[in-house]
Amino acid sequence: MQAMLKGVWRYRAFVVSSVAAELNNRVNRSRLGILWLVISPLVQVAIFALILSAIMRGRIPGIDNQFAYAIYLMAGFLPWYLFTEIVTRCSTMFIENANAMKKIVFPKVTLPVVIAAIAIINNLIFFLAVTLVYLALGHGLSLATLWLPLLILVNTGLATGLGVILGTLNVFIRDVGQMVPIFIQFGFWFTPIVYTANIIPEAYRGALYLNPIYWIVAVHRDVLVFKQAPDPLTLFCLVVLTLIVGALGMFMFKRASPEMVDVL
Amino acid sequence: MIQDPVLRVDRLGKAFKSYSHELGRVLSWFSARYGQYEEKWILRDISFAIEPGQSLAIIGQNGAGKSTLLKMITGTLRASEGQVHLKGQIAAILELGMGFNPDLTGRQNVFQAGGLLGHSHHALEGKMDEIEAFAEIGSYFDQPMRVYSSGMQMRVAFALATAFRPDILIVDEALSVGDAYFQQKCFDRVERFREAGTAFILVSHDRAAILNLCERAILLDRGRIAKDGAPDEIMDYYNAMIGTQSDGDISTELVRGRVATRSGTYEATVEAIALHDAEGHPIEVASVGSQMQIRATIAVHAPVQRLVFGYAIKNRMGQTLFGINTHYTDQELENLSAGDRVDVTVSFPLNIAAGDYSITTSLSEKENHVSKNYEWCDLAATFSVVNTARQVFDGLAFIPPTIEVTHRPADQA
Repeated sequence: MQAMLKGVWRYRAFVVSSVAAELNNRVNRSRLGILWLVISPLVQVAIFALILSAIMRGRIPGIDNQFAYAIYLMAGFLPWYLFTEIVTRCSTMFIENANAMKKIVFPKVTLPVVIAAIAIINNLIFFLAVTLVYLALGHGLSLATLWLPLLILVNTGLATGLGVILGTLNVFIRDVGQMVPIFIQFGFWFTPIVYTANIIPEAYRGALYLNPIYWIVAVHRDVLVFKQAPDPLTLFCLVVLTLIVGALGMFMFKRASPEMVDVL
Repeated sequence: MIQDPVLRVDRLGKAFKSYSHELGRVLSWFSARYGQYEEKWILRDISFAIEPGQSLAIIGQNGAGKSTLLKMITGTLRASEGQVHLKGQIAAILELGMGFNPDLTGRQNVFQAGGLLGHSHHALEGKMDEIEAFAEIGSYFDQPMRVYSSGMQMRVAFALATAFRPDILIVDEALSVGDAYFQQKCFDRVERFREAGTAFILVSHDRAAILNLCERAILLDRGRIAKDGAPDEIMDYYNAMIGTQSDGDISTELVRGRVATRSGTYEATVEAIALHDAEGHPIEVASVGSQMQIRATIAVHAPVQRLVFGYAIKNRMGQTLFGINTHYTDQELENLSAGDRVDVTVSFPLNIAAGDYSITTSLSEKENHVSKNYEWCDLAATFSVVNTARQVFDGLAFIPPTIEVTHRPADQA
């Protein structure tokens, strides 16, 4: 653990320049540049809002705004994007960087750090857009938003932990990489992002609680939609889960890393 | 003076594990067992050491384990047994490029890959001008790497890897991509580093580069050190090995203090070889510019469908000055029977500089000795050339010139 942190610190210049290079690249090679980071998620939100708002109207309890559904939707997409970006990219990071790993000795732990940093920056930019939309819709933000950094941190931790596990497995069992997008799509509909939990029949609703992404989405909604502190039990469970997944990820990565370059 | 080695490799070995089921590997991290795995040893029992300033060539056929060895030395690959003891900084150019990102410019990649090598942004900034100047790729330096040729990538890679003098510099093949001009530049830099104490390891198939740059060579064969010694001797042995492949044998003996390598299947052999002067007298020492004759007698021991005789004149460094065979002169022989004898006389003007030379002979089926090698014999004969009759000159070859010098004094112009 300590060695890993030290590695990241020693290679901080690399981390910073990788993050900068990637952002730079995205901005430089397209005309709208940084706007694309916001446009594609907002369009997705708009599509769902347009199609489903009629069905979902009046189904969102606890908020009094005619655009309630759009507000609800964005609060769900915000953590979802962060989570999936990190998991998807981490699952292929070792394979994509096989070339560098075969030729240069560097702490591999910098790879997920770079991915997480870029995802957080993307997420903050998206959050900025969400804030603007909230203001425009007359919803605004509250003091509870101050919880957001902690929530982002937990979300990032959980996603990175899971991503490292998948990324490590993917080096040896390439099917994992193929399965990740399918599971993410499945996860999107299994998580109440575009619908509310209460439309699920009472008898099955318990199953939702088995899905930790639901917990993440729920605490984000507490803060952004309902303008209140996140549910303490949910938050506590999330932190514990993040630590467990993170520890497992680190353990597997450490065990696997001597053999990794063998098969890359 | 014997210095502490900068690199010591101790009984190094590498085995790749292949599992009957990859799940077995995953479970093995948790100390559980599932399925079976096979260990395939790629390298075993590799031990050597190099001192500061020493240069070492590693040669061997594809799959002999050269790259695996280098990767273990640099640390990207973990050894399965044995140890690598390193003292100081190591810089390596393994295969082509250095994990460059094709979307970034040369300059950005220097920061990026330089960061991966552990250099700080500040240090790289300080060296940037020098790196740009050494790579000499002009305005390409600020263009994305995807538009680079492989040679340009190599130039940036070499410039970056050698921006800071390492204690050990490892170059794997990479240089062969460069043009002659850049290669020479790289060699010069390597030489300067060596004088300053950098140990150098080169993996190459380029005989000239090895003889030029290295004072020692290690031949890897099927994961083991087959031979360790002077580069020309190892190259000869390697050459013989390629010819012999699965059948035939290789023997070495000492000729005039140098190791002669003989290999082949021996259906035909050079029974006798002698050097003569223009008058037909046997000689061992000849004068620059004189006529020389090689007279060889070939004995055929088993029916041979086609026979090509070849010879090469090599200098002391093992570099070939001239070589040719009877395939290229359209004098190959066909359908020889056991017991036949063939006499060959080769005459030529000895237009080479003073020094010690050797003759390598080959008997094969085709123009090269790879398909069927009856006999390959290094140091089949040796001779010395002295400059008694000609003017003093410099260089390897004697190219008799006609020089006209006209003096036009200023007052007559």
